[in-house]
Amino acid sequence: MADTTTKAKVRWGLLDVAVVVFALTPVLWIMSLSFKTPATLTDGKFIPREWTLENYRTIFVTDQFVRALVNSIGIALIATTIAVVLGAMAAYAISRLDFPGKRALVGVSLLIAMFPQVSLVSPLFEIERQLGLFDTWPGLILPYITFALPLAIYTLSAFFKQIPWDLEKAAKMDGATQGQAFRRVIAPLAAPGLFTTAILVFIFCWNDFLFAISLTSTERSRTVPVALSFFTGASQFEDPTGAICAAAVVITIPIILFVLFFQRRIVSGLTSGAVKG
Amino acid sequence: MADIVLDKVSKEFPDGTTAVRDVDLEIADGEFVILVGPSGCGKSTTLNMIAGLEDISSGELRIAGQRVNDKAPRDRDIAMVFQSYALYPNMTVRENMAFPLRLAKLDKETIDRKVEEAAKVLELTPLLDRKPANLSGGQRQRVAMGRAIVRQPKAFLMDEPLSNLDAKLRVQMRTVVSRLQKQLGTTTVYVTHDQTEAMTLGDRVVIMRGGAVQQVGPPQELYDHPNNLFVAGFIGSPSMNFLTATVEEGTLRTALGDVPIGDRIRRELERADAPRELILGIRPEHFEDAELIDEETRRRGMEFTAPVDIVESMGSDKYVYLSVEGERATSAELEELAADAGAADFSGAGSNLVTRLSAESSVTEGEDRRVWFNLEKIHLFDPSDGRNLTLHEGRLTEFPGSPA
Repeated sequence: MADTTTKAKVRWGLLDVAVVVFALTPVLWIMSLSFKTPATLTDGKFIPREWTLENYRTIFVTDQFVRALVNSIGIALIATTIAVVLGAMAAYAISRLDFPGKRALVGVSLLIAMFPQVSLVSPLFEIERQLGLFDTWPGLILPYITFALPLAIYTLSAFFKQIPWDLEKAAKMDGATQGQAFRRVIAPLAAPGLFTTAILVFIFCWNDFLFAISLTSTERSRTVPVALSFFTGASQFEDPTGAICAAAVVITIPIILFVLFFQRRIVSGLTSGAVKG
Repeated sequence: MADIVLDKVSKEFPDGTTAVRDVDLEIADGEFVILVGPSGCGKSTTLNMIAGLEDISSGELRIAGQRVNDKAPRDRDIAMVFQSYALYPNMTVRENMAFPLRLAKLDKETIDRKVEEAAKVLELTPLLDRKPANLSGGQRQRVAMGRAIVRQPKAFLMDEPLSNLDAKLRVQMRTVVSRLQKQLGTTTVYVTHDQTEAMTLGDRVVIMRGGAVQQVGPPQELYDHPNNLFVAGFIGSPSMNFLTATVEEGTLRTALGDVPIGDRIRRELERADAPRELILGIRPEHFEDAELIDEETRRRGMEFTAPVDIVESMGSDKYVYLSVEGERATSAELEELAADAGAADFSGAGSNLVTRLSAESSVTEGEDRRVWFNLEKIHLFDPSDGRNLTLHEGRLTEFPGSPA
């Protein structure tokens, strides 16, 4: 018995290592590039021969990158908050109530999620220019919410469905209004779902390039992925690879922090003990 | 504390099914009333309507004399214990019990005092800071009760609160519930499908079937004078034996032989305008081993001989199953009862008679045994509508209605 379990452990361990290596190699490569000097950039060595922080200094010297970072964080956070709040309410209704048009609503939201975003970019561009939303924060937040909502509704309604309905009835009997029952009993129990959804939506907003490049034109609302593409080298003949790599490393940091912060709150089995069986 | 009155209360679901039909019930202040019936009989729906978790389609519900049809559950001031307990898993026992008080915006001191009091009554004090996940089933059940009693509501509603406990704990909790109710004197409506719980707990029992009330009364009265075939078959364990019987020349022709009809029964049959085909009902304890009967008792009943199929010795009594020739009694009510017991497809030729004989009886399996039964305790039912034709005079008018 012990033999097979050790063997199985070794097998699984090797598999895990393989997956981690496969996933992390490009990230490590980028990090390695970001510490190289322009001269050694293309030497093909994994560990830099000459270490430098020059690339990092470059990106923070100009206002361009910092401004984009602020835009990115602000837009992603606002869009995430709104999408999760709206999504939670919609998902709660979908999982609990039987109302006319419920299936249509779910169907349409699925449809939005499947719609190719690239085909919407030109109309959105026209609409936003007409409405004066072009190159503003709301101009990006609105489409982000639109595309994140179906995702939020789907994940959240799955979580709400797991919460026993009796809890809500019990809260009502204990004297809670519908709103109190949701806020004080249901929402805390759906917290893992809310955080999971928040992470997914945040990543979606943070990584978006298509909308960001089409619906912005200046530093006023340009997000990091777009700002990266506008990087230039010290002279126009110099490739800004090092700087781009440094920026790429920098922009992964907030998302790692965000995930780590919320991951601790995703505790499974939060509803255990609520109802028997 | 308050009385609860259901006045022709009905519940129709949007798909057109009627779950509860014209239920009239007056529950007095401090009374312990049990709603009992097979699954799907509308007892839980009725409870949910009293709670306010289901809308009332028609009729009126009054709590303490006030119409509450359109009031939200929180404005009715009643507490409920759920079958699943429905404890808030993110809160400790203390927080669970304090939740209704916090919603009522009481000050912290009062909340603490009331929670401590309730915890003491239910012996939950050492568990106050645990989460529900770390409690046993019985402890969770007590927390659910604690959450209900902590704010001294007008009434308690309990929806099969003991059905998730194992058999031993259930018996124990039954006495706890009973004592608690007496101690607090709070009006209580208790739903169960277990007829033992119904018999042992309630001041009065309401038997429901297909959304309609069948009979309301104290447990003993339901047992001794069942209104109809359904009540007779539902109450009692093991349940009443049913045999087909035909009225012929002043006797009842049955599989047990010709049963003489006494004057009382003859009068009652005539008054009820009974058909010739009837269903005879005899409770298991009204049989006895003929050897153990003294002369005087013998005259009050009749004897028959039947092969003994199985003997179950309970120590205090013997359950003896006799094989009896002849047709099984059939009616809609009996089929429903059989279906509820999960024995719908269990119908061989002939039928088994369940009898409860004294422990002294020397009966053995396989032999033919002479068995006596009490003629004074027999019931006769009309197979077409199930009504009891042998109710004692005056019984028919006593329900449903005021508490006994």
